[in-house]
Amino acid sequence: MTQETVAPPAPATTTVDPHVDQLLDQPSAAQPTEGDVTIQNYTINFGPQHPAAHGVLRLVMELDGELVERIDPHVGLLHRGTEKLIEAKTYIQALPYFDRLDYCSPLCMEHSWVLAVEKLLDLEVPIRAQYLRVFFAELTRISNHMLNLGSHVMDVGAMTPNLWMFEIREDCYNFFERMSGARMHHNWFRPGGVHQDVPLKLLTDIADWLDTRLPQLFEDAISLVADNRIFKQRNVDIATVSRDDAIAWGFSGPMIRAAGIPWDLRKSQPYDVYDRMEFDIPVGTRGDCYDRFMVRVEEVRQSARIMKQCLRDMPEGPVASSDRKVVPPRRAEMKRSMEALIHHFKLFTEGFHVPAGEVYVATESPKGEFGVYLVSDGTNKPYRCKIRPTAFSHLQAMDFMSRGHMLADTTAILGAMDIVFGECDR
Amino acid sequence: MRAPAPAWAADLNDETIALAEATLGPALVHAVALVGEVQLFVQRDGLVPALIALRDTPGLEYQQLMEIAGVDYPERAERFDVVYNLLSLTRNHRVQVHVHTDEEQPIPSVTGIWPVAGWLEREVYDLYGVLFSGNPDLRRILTDYGFRGHPLRKDFPMTGYTELRYSEEEKRVVYQPVSLAQDFRTFDFMSPWEGAEYVLPGDEKGSLPQAKGAYTPLTADQAQKAGAAETRTAEPRAGSESYAKTTADSTVDTGSGGPESRGAPKPANPDVTPGSGGQNQ
Repeated sequence: MTQETVAPPAPATTTVDPHVDQLLDQPSAAQPTEGDVTIQNYTINFGPQHPAAHGVLRLVMELDGELVERIDPHVGLLHRGTEKLIEAKTYIQALPYFDRLDYCSPLCMEHSWVLAVEKLLDLEVPIRAQYLRVFFAELTRISNHMLNLGSHVMDVGAMTPNLWMFEIREDCYNFFERMSGARMHHNWFRPGGVHQDVPLKLLTDIADWLDTRLPQLFEDAISLVADNRIFKQRNVDIATVSRDDAIAWGFSGPMIRAAGIPWDLRKSQPYDVYDRMEFDIPVGTRGDCYDRFMVRVEEVRQSARIMKQCLRDMPEGPVASSDRKVVPPRRAEMKRSMEALIHHFKLFTEGFHVPAGEVYVATESPKGEFGVYLVSDGTNKPYRCKIRPTAFSHLQAMDFMSRGHMLADTTAILGAMDIVFGECDR
Repeated sequence: MRAPAPAWAADLNDETIALAEATLGPALVHAVALVGEVQLFVQRDGLVPALIALRDTPGLEYQQLMEIAGVDYPERAERFDVVYNLLSLTRNHRVQVHVHTDEEQPIPSVTGIWPVAGWLEREVYDLYGVLFSGNPDLRRILTDYGFRGHPLRKDFPMTGYTELRYSEEEKRVVYQPVSLAQDFRTFDFMSPWEGAEYVLPGDEKGSLPQAKGAYTPLTADQAQKAGAAETRTAEPRAGSESYAKTTADSTVDTGSGGPESRGAPKPANPDVTPGSGGQNQ
């Protein structure tokens, strides 16, 4: 952190009303007498290269001593023009950009996109593909929360839980690699289904993992912090957000649930096979950083519950729509069928045409409501694709959430927001 | 709707439109439900009272502003659409409010209704250059410090005008005009008989009126309604039995190559066709 003292010599900011001081006949901080020390507000830069900034966030903070008076977050340092690029790509080519938005939960980003395209196409998706999508979206949620919970506890001073949770994350990444071939940028959800079926051994391995390794590691790690006195001192009653504030500031996901509003798009606006799943929505009581942390902890357990139901109910069958005007044919089919070869060629050069129309499709990503506002003009490329990031509304609230708190609390507040800049800056 | 998109209360669309028309009055230019989503077109001057009414009227109750999106239609006189996506937590319903503007006419800011609008309007201003009157902090947000232009306008080139690199001589990052090693590649995929807007050579001879029965692309809304009429009667999500695999033995399904004996008989002369390990095996 560098100090950027710029404040001109002005009367000291004080929380004491000089008028009241005069009435009480005591020296006012606004009119310092001899011996008093005049403290000026000063401005510091937090980031853009700071380990607690979770990426490239620059916070311009105005501090009164150690108290935060005002925060001006500067975002956009990771702006890559995703929306502009998507306008020049076909619908299939646009998909990998979504992995690169929130690179901690890539499949949940793809989910909104494929659902938006399918809604415009009015395309039916086989039931196994829907189960697979839900199954791996929940695995993504676990992997995302492992990073966030771990880094949150590390931001407030604990080391060990983070290391244990990274073990789980590593397991998840190994599963993702077996699912799609890529550890991070999967490009696996496709309009009409998923790219390829998964081997049965992968599903049984994940089932074993859900029963043994995940609860063991996760509950061990959480038991170190959940009732830890230091952790509670750093988080309880920090950045309390009321229900009304949470609504007015456009909160979603764990942030709005921690404020006490049971709102989860998987439950209230179910997509894919979420309407068949049985799971609970954790809700906070005070709306502070500790609640946000604990909501995510419970969501991990609920995700594991959903995954087990998927494994129990997942039927056999095709994993992608058989509409050859949208979904490319299988490799083996192409070797034998001229028709399939033509379809493949057309889909990977021209792509498919999406009927004109506009939709806003939002899904419950691990960080909140991740929406895609898609305007199609009937050609093979989106006319406009607006991505609704979760981080934008949450980070904007940083100012009022951290006002009056200590400088050291900002890392806890930021950690409990769960912000990834790939998604925020697009 | 056959697609597994988020199922919010889209059956409330009609009553929402009726109530919005009654409540907003002349501020509402046009209201329509397309692809299962309600679009309200609102006059620019009446935007703030309209959004307050949408938030506070019982039966509408759109408590949350989820996002503001700009869209650029350069061929229009008022080229920008600014779209407000509202969400009702109590009615589980979404609505999109459209406002039109151009480069100069400001849109009244809604930061007084939803504080979250501050950054959302900054973003639309940054990327499209739409002005918002009353926003207390209308700075750029996503682009670089000192950036010029509004990159998401359709007339802004994909590659931009400047690029930056680290200069070894000056020991700092410098800006310079963009230089591309390869031209930006763009392909025209519009079929000439499916609505391309240019005239192909020779086509100028026959500017006859379109014949009856000529192919017209469907819009998404029409496609969805047609699909709804066809498939509404069926249970949308059947049990797993109907999806059970029936033909697992075909090589097309398993992906493995077929046995050698299948297909056409081999020619006697092995030189005519390559044996195993040839091309495309």
